[in-house]
Amino acid sequence: MSEIPILSILIFIPVVGIFFMLLIRNNDDQSSQNLKHTALWITFLNFIISLSLLFSFDLNNPDFQFVEKYAWIESGISYHLGIDGVSILFVILTTMLVPICILASYESIKFSVKEYLISFLALETFMIGVFCSLDLVLFYLFFEGGLIPMFLIIGIWGGERRVYSTFKFFLYTLAGSVFMLLAIIYIFISTGTTDVETLLVYNFTTNEQLILWIAFFTSFMVKIPMWPFHTWLPDAHVEAPTAGSVILAGVLLKMAGYGFIRFSIGFFPDASEFFAPFIFSLSVIAIIVTSLIALVQEDMKKLIAYSSVAHMGFVTLGIFTFTVQGIEGGIIQMISHGIVSAALFLCVGVVYDRLHTREIARYGGLVSKMPFYSFSFMIFILASLGLPGTSGFVGEFLVLLSIFTVNTYFAIFATTGVVLAATYSLWLYRRIIFGALIKDDLSEMFDLTRREIIIFLPLIILTVFIGLYPKPIINIIEPSTEKIVNQIKMKLD
Amino acid sequence: MQNLVFILPEIFLFIVATVLLVTGLFLKNIKLINLLTIFSLLVVVILILNQPFQSAFLNSFVVDEFSLVLKIMILIGSIASLIMFVSSKDDLNINIYEFPILIIFSTIGMMVMVSANDLLAMFIGLELQSLSLYVLAALNRNSLLSSEAGIKYFILGALSSGLLLFGISYIYGFSGNTNFNLIAVNINPESLGLIIGIVFVLAGLAFKVSAVPFHMWTPDVYQGAPTPITGFFALAPKIAAMGLLVRFLFNSFGEIYIDWQQIILFISIASMMLAAFAAIAQTNLKRLMAYSSIGHIGYALIGVACFTDEGLRSLLIYLMIYLIMNIAVFAFLLSLKRNDGYFESISDLSGMHKNHPLRTMLIALIMFSLAGIPPLAGFFGKFYIFVAAIESEMLFLAIIGVIASVISAFYYLRIVKIMYFDEPKEEFDGSSIKSLNLLYYPSSILIIIFFIYPSPVINISEYAIQSII
Repeated sequence: MSEIPILSILIFIPVVGIFFMLLIRNNDDQSSQNLKHTALWITFLNFIISLSLLFSFDLNNPDFQFVEKYAWIESGISYHLGIDGVSILFVILTTMLVPICILASYESIKFSVKEYLISFLALETFMIGVFCSLDLVLFYLFFEGGLIPMFLIIGIWGGERRVYSTFKFFLYTLAGSVFMLLAIIYIFISTGTTDVETLLVYNFTTNEQLILWIAFFTSFMVKIPMWPFHTWLPDAHVEAPTAGSVILAGVLLKMAGYGFIRFSIGFFPDASEFFAPFIFSLSVIAIIVTSLIALVQEDMKKLIAYSSVAHMGFVTLGIFTFTVQGIEGGIIQMISHGIVSAALFLCVGVVYDRLHTREIARYGGLVSKMPFYSFSFMIFILASLGLPGTSGFVGEFLVLLSIFTVNTYFAIFATTGVVLAATYSLWLYRRIIFGALIKDDLSEMFDLTRREIIIFLPLIILTVFIGLYPKPIINIIEPSTEKIVNQIKMKLD
Repeated sequence: MQNLVFILPEIFLFIVATVLLVTGLFLKNIKLINLLTIFSLLVVVILILNQPFQSAFLNSFVVDEFSLVLKIMILIGSIASLIMFVSSKDDLNINIYEFPILIIFSTIGMMVMVSANDLLAMFIGLELQSLSLYVLAALNRNSLLSSEAGIKYFILGALSSGLLLFGISYIYGFSGNTNFNLIAVNINPESLGLIIGIVFVLAGLAFKVSAVPFHMWTPDVYQGAPTPITGFFALAPKIAAMGLLVRFLFNSFGEIYIDWQQIILFISIASMMLAAFAAIAQTNLKRLMAYSSIGHIGYALIGVACFTDEGLRSLLIYLMIYLIMNIAVFAFLLSLKRNDGYFESISDLSGMHKNHPLRTMLIALIMFSLAGIPPLAGFFGKFYIFVAAIESEMLFLAIIGVIASVISAFYYLRIVKIMYFDEPKEEFDGSSIKSLNLLYYPSSILIIIFFIYPSPVINISEYAIQSII
């Protein structure tokens, strides 16, 4: 193994970037263009470095790799980083989406460019930190720290009701998370450490598990989000700038899913087993209810936001089956959703930049003016509804497969969600893209620019690649997932 | 004579104050007097660092690790407010050379407070400190608000001193001693009179730390007093009174902690909750900071209520972080002015990020830190407090604490919202005041990078508490 602390480098490159950005003046168009280029190159560099993780990652090793551990606050709380098959893909997803976000903001962000880019770089630090940290306090630090830049991104560069939305977002997630903080402190006091590796083999008593599980669950439930605590998400999505929505849907929601896999079922298997039917019920309700809500939305972003809640329902369904297939399905579903929903929000952003409205009724017949756009949009819509051959299918299929082995009723209800997803997605597509181009202001619409094609191309390739040939992804995930499942089985016996 | 060595820093400060008082009459250079004061406070820091640990005057005055750390924190607070004074004296109409001298007297009082190991020494320190503060609050003679603040503070403060003295007489009457250690030895746990005495003394001390339900003076005095003095109120006296409270409760009444623990619990919870709700409706920044400090004292009191090593350690960590954050906040408050003077209303901050991006960013981060959002310093303060609470099996206290911190996040966020999301108003003057840079850049950088290397603060707190438990 190399001795280079590659994870720390990944986490702190954006911080170094912030210092650079602070030095650049921001008083005219030219300098704000420079700022954007700088940020783009910094994040792109980070992406390249994160790719090197893939090459030096040992596929047969289910344990944590690239581990770094230094004394930090006091004994028991250390600066401990490491990734395994579960987290590596999230790290790469993050580093991939951030440059895309910055590229997507080139035209749409007009004022306070410097603060905007600094917020994004800070956010990247926190997001990568969440997926790499192997210490609960460190994890909490990154998990909560991300609220600050996101609060600013929605609040400053958002839409009309941005203040309401960003406060709702911040206070909802903060209120959910503080109980996790108390649980972390409790764990620290009763076990003397917050080290994840140690805690994964530690046996909590059943009573402890139940209470701690609930505390972690409140935090992740709000963040992922699960019905009935999902209401902050549509608001935040609608008001956030395009790139903010992309990061929110693409990465921030996945933090909670990752937390479920790593902490909820890893630390508290008894409690997770106990609460699994409860989670299944909430997930199924979420899938059906939010799909129905999505059907009646007038606003494109809101529709996609509700569909996100439904997709996350599949993730939680899969995770709490405690089967290798289910957890793998959950992870792939998250990765796929990270790509697809991010791309869908970018698609909305493309037309929003041109017409400055997200109202579905204002569009129609775009196919005649924007063929390339219609093509990309179609791929992502199909992936979102889980068509075979796209990435959305793999995850959903594995999840449904695993849930069938556990409980048929939940599986049946969950499957109706797939049908509903097809309904609202295709209907959205039909209303925007097809039909006759009769509305006057649409005649000015032009197709994707080169910048936008550069944004969409990697996402399209990934969506199709994962859909057609998911083997490499599964190879990465499988050893670690098997280890997690075995550990749970061992603890449960 | 031997004893005098142990109060050398206090004596030195007293001499400095008297000399400056006389020279000030002839020398009209306030800046020079202020500089000399800052310099002599720095000298005192060195004196304190080289003092031997011992008790003097029949054990009524102790010099130990605890007093050393607290005294240095108090001196930092005093120096910070002197720097604030020199940067704003002309604009605020407080161009009066007594300011630094009153600060010195009050600092002497506070240094006696944290070293006091006797009811009388405690009262002497407290009164010296309070009397100087009453005058300071009313320093701006031409301002109605300032005079009102001074009078209000004086009347309520005198009342609380009366309560305190009443409590002291009870404790003396029922234990036969005024020395903390001797009280602890001769304590009779059954004695009702002693409990009454503790209640009255706690009421008096709660007034000094401005904990609910004795907080009413705080918003008015904070608002009325000139800003450097408000900063001083928020910094040093709180720390001194907290130190005194700890020594009083831990040294003399450690044995019957069950009795006073409930009182502290109540005022702690009441302070956190009341401050969280009351601050939401404030429109004046200084009033808001008053409620914010009430809330912070509530959190710090959790550390006292735990009555454990861990609790005391978390209290000191909290106070240190509180000190840094408040220096930053008040320095920023003073750095923002327009031609027509300082502003105090929150809405004046509106949209300031357009004109002052860097300063706005730092203020926003300080606000997040006050709200306890990681990875900023404020989070670690709360973290240790909650660790202490859960370790003492007071989970409910921790739960109330986190709920209060979510609620209070709202009003801190409101400031960020106004600075960033609202439409900009006029520009503030450029940061012409160089001396303030000395305060806010170091303190805000400390707040931001605290998480990288928190050990010094933790080690200092552990060092400080070894003499108490």
